[in-house]
Amino acid sequence: MTERITRALVRDVQLEDLGTLALITLENGAGPTKPITFGPEGMAELRTALERLSARAEAGEIVAVGVTGKQFHFAAGADLHEAAQLTTPEAARQIAEMGHETYAILADLPVPTFAYIGGVALGGGLELALACDYRTVSSAVRAVGLPEVFLGLIPGWGGTYHLPRLIGMENALQVIITNPLRNNTQLKAAQVGELGIADAVLDSADFLAESLRFTVSVLRGDITPERREPTPVDEAKTMIGAARQQVDARLHGAAPAAYRALDLLEVSATSERAESFEAENVALAELICSPQFAAGVYAFDLTSRRAKNPAGAPEADLARPVRSIGVAGAGLMASQLALLFARRMQVPVIMRDLDAERTERGVGYVSAELDTLVAKGRIGEAEANRIRSLVSGTTDLADLAEADLVIEAVFEELSVKQQVFADLEQVIRPDAVLATNTSALSITDMAAHLAHPERVVGLHFFNPVAQMPLVEVIRTERTDDATYATAFTVAKACRKSAIAVADAPGFVVNRLLVRLLGEVLGSLEEGTDVTVADRALRPMGLPMGPFQLLQLVGPAVAGHVLDTLREQLGDRYPDSPGLQQMIADGAPFVIFEGRPSAGSPVDPQIARYFGSRSEVGGQDEAALLARVQQALADEVRMMLDEQVVAEKEDIDLGMILGAGWPFHLGGITPYLQREGALA
Amino acid sequence: MPLLGRDVVLVDALRSPFGRAKPDGLYAHTRADDIATAVVRDLLRRHPELPPEKIDEVAIAATSQVGDQGLTLGRTVGLLAGLPGEVPGYAIDRMCAGAMSAVTSVAAQVAVGAADAVLAGGVEHMGHHPLGKDADPNPRFLTERLVASDALVMGATAENLHDTYPALTRERADAYAEASQRKYAEALAAGHITPDLVPVGVPDPERGWGLATADEPPRPGTTVAGMADLPTPFRPGGRVTAATSSPLTDGATAALLTSADLAAELGLAPRARLVSYAYAGVDPALMGLGPVPATRKALDLAGLSIEDLGLIEINEAFAVQVLAFLDAFDIPDDDPRINPYGGAIAVGHPLAASGIRLMSQLARQFQAHPEVRYGLTTMCVGLGQGGSVIWANPHHAEEKENQR
Repeated sequence: MTERITRALVRDVQLEDLGTLALITLENGAGPTKPITFGPEGMAELRTALERLSARAEAGEIVAVGVTGKQFHFAAGADLHEAAQLTTPEAARQIAEMGHETYAILADLPVPTFAYIGGVALGGGLELALACDYRTVSSAVRAVGLPEVFLGLIPGWGGTYHLPRLIGMENALQVIITNPLRNNTQLKAAQVGELGIADAVLDSADFLAESLRFTVSVLRGDITPERREPTPVDEAKTMIGAARQQVDARLHGAAPAAYRALDLLEVSATSERAESFEAENVALAELICSPQFAAGVYAFDLTSRRAKNPAGAPEADLARPVRSIGVAGAGLMASQLALLFARRMQVPVIMRDLDAERTERGVGYVSAELDTLVAKGRIGEAEANRIRSLVSGTTDLADLAEADLVIEAVFEELSVKQQVFADLEQVIRPDAVLATNTSALSITDMAAHLAHPERVVGLHFFNPVAQMPLVEVIRTERTDDATYATAFTVAKACRKSAIAVADAPGFVVNRLLVRLLGEVLGSLEEGTDVTVADRALRPMGLPMGPFQLLQLVGPAVAGHVLDTLREQLGDRYPDSPGLQQMIADGAPFVIFEGRPSAGSPVDPQIARYFGSRSEVGGQDEAALLARVQQALADEVRMMLDEQVVAEKEDIDLGMILGAGWPFHLGGITPYLQREGALA
Repeated sequence: MPLLGRDVVLVDALRSPFGRAKPDGLYAHTRADDIATAVVRDLLRRHPELPPEKIDEVAIAATSQVGDQGLTLGRTVGLLAGLPGEVPGYAIDRMCAGAMSAVTSVAAQVAVGAADAVLAGGVEHMGHHPLGKDADPNPRFLTERLVASDALVMGATAENLHDTYPALTRERADAYAEASQRKYAEALAAGHITPDLVPVGVPDPERGWGLATADEPPRPGTTVAGMADLPTPFRPGGRVTAATSSPLTDGATAALLTSADLAAELGLAPRARLVSYAYAGVDPALMGLGPVPATRKALDLAGLSIEDLGLIEINEAFAVQVLAFLDAFDIPDDDPRINPYGGAIAVGHPLAASGIRLMSQLARQFQAHPEVRYGLTTMCVGLGQGGSVIWANPHHAEEKENQR
């Protein structure tokens, strides 16, 4: 990949009677959507420009220097792909040094320096702004932050040195550590102002002119931006220590970047610039070559590119228009789907169930969810009314006759679903799409007795539907292109990311997650200690442990899927008498109130349910981890051999979006490869 | 007889620096609505006494209302400038007299009591929208000889004036044009121009962001001798040259008007008071004559005569058209009352924006000339019209007396 070179264009601006400001514009000539990034050539050009300005400033030709970006973009930092291709620590270190040296010229200019953040300012882009004396931000900016830790790196162009000095250690920890680990949360303009990263938030309509006015006011001394006292070293260390504990609770050491960033902030609190920069150099050189960063870039590409253009999807123009949708069933899943379709696709949705009480409950659920969304300020009353008016319920199958697509979300039992499809076929148009939301049943079998099996497709949404970003789009051997294309356009219209999957048991996400849970349950049956099993998988960095996940899914549902997959895939999805008994007793895996979460502690009492094959003998943490890794690697290999997906990338995308597999692990296959479980 | 209704005052009139309408001009990469937005925002910024929600109307003119000048400019610019959504707006067009018509339309709303505070403006990005580019004149105009074949070419109508009035010579036009450039340069040096300019941030993918702070079209040092050999683009052997025409220009203007009562209540200092206004039609082939009947009507309405006008800002679409006006009223070519800061020949003429530029300069001169009671802004309009607005000087003793 060749570098999209960012140019550093310099233009002189007269500041009333004060003299000349040299205004640097970062411009890559790629239009309003492509972010400004720095590769070696772009950084070299910026450096040359700054060196010239340094000479001009020394000569008294200019009284200030401003840096800004093109419209909607300030700068988004280093060219990630360029960086990800580096393989030696020496080359990686050069990247770090290059940024430090260039930005240091800016920071050391003998005239005041200003950054005008008129758009996206991320990573090395924000660090460029931090190297200036003063900053303004446009009120419309929504993406400011230091996302390095999210990607498996650290802010390595001065961020860990400058930011705590500017906004205090506590705020710096939020920007550098907490936000990246919270789904890469970014700052909006108002927060940038509140945190003190920018000295002024100025209206976007005339941002540059206002920024220059602000510049004049600062130079005249009419405005003196506030600068805080440095956080005392011992307080800073306490804050860093607390942050370290939070990181530990979340990552259990699974991702080195956050820990390195904490180390760097500690250096920052106790050292001067040269030492701080050198520590960043060392850390960046190491991390750029680390597998975690490669995984981060890989995952970033998957979720930002492949997720938008699913591999294996037919041409979108083959899709049939979907102007009304039927939902067979009115249970919780069906109601969630009805809400999603009505909200995102803005088409009429009819839920059909056997009795009026159920349909009323379904419609009532949608209405109540809309009330919640209004109460949270997520949508307005009018939008809620519009969505509400789109959703209705019926007990009469014939009311689905005009639907362009009917999706079934009835009980997970093949015969039940077959009957629903057979009944639907009597009333719907021959070209209407029949979709199923099954999570593990054979769609081929579901369609086997239909007159038009070619219009049957799987649209597997995940629970909770509104939050989970993934849809598995499943075609059988008989699904035609128009049907398949329609399913992808529906997923996209619902703002979900889709992966193309063949009709194989459990598809992608459930097949692997249930395999993982099955190994843990199997291990318990063999006598593994519950607390050992609870801790063993922590190095995987999953969003929740196996027992919390089992509880969230519900033991009965988990048991049902486990049984289904065992029937189809064999005994590697083991029978667990302990689980059966827990279901029978209604016993929970974890102690919780309301809804189980990642933090719900495992109930040690559940040990009494397991041990049916204790003669085999349990495992310790390391052995169980290795066992699960090996099992997952085997399953992945089989799925690729069976061509469940076209490429392993789709498995990784599915596990990142559908199972919350950590971004910094790059999905499941890079992790298993690094651990040596997968070739 | 003076205007009926309530007294209306011009609180302020500002403009963007004007740019040359060409591929490397000041605003080559800037949208027309962004320029207009910048001017409106600075206008509001300079008058914090007026809360934006008090504005009752926004009228913004453009000759070509498509592309970045489309979609009801008064409304779009209001929204882009961050005015509250409750403030309404509309777009307006009378070709070159667009901004002037915007001012008189919203002023009339104030006069009848339908509004208290109003914004008027005009914008023309002639680089994006060359005059007539997207127009499709009805074929009846020519086949039925409703207008002369050259009535749609502004330069040709200027040549027609030379034909019709032999006293209007090229020599007079060249001398007038030279004076326009000189007067502008002197006014700029004396600091009379810049205070009414709004700095506009201008993006440029090749040069980087810049800040427009000064007019680009003027050619200081222009001499009659230097004009001698210029071609006459509108007619072989003609008399009208680039030097005696206003250049193609990008720019925007905006004005804030209120009832005199509201200005007093909020402590806004008026820069001019509206006395009367009028528009009049003339033969489209001689469109440059438009200011003559329009001014006569406006004077009649005000009960004034031409001698009562101490300052006259006339738009210089072409030098010859100004001279035709001067001859009609027996005013010497070098009368100091005429365009003391130079005119469109120097600064440029962004069609629908120019009317407020005239008002802005007149208001600045009012401040420097408290002995002048009345002034005129007037301009010719394509397809044979003229527009004239007569203003009173709030710095004049009698006006001050009346204010009390």
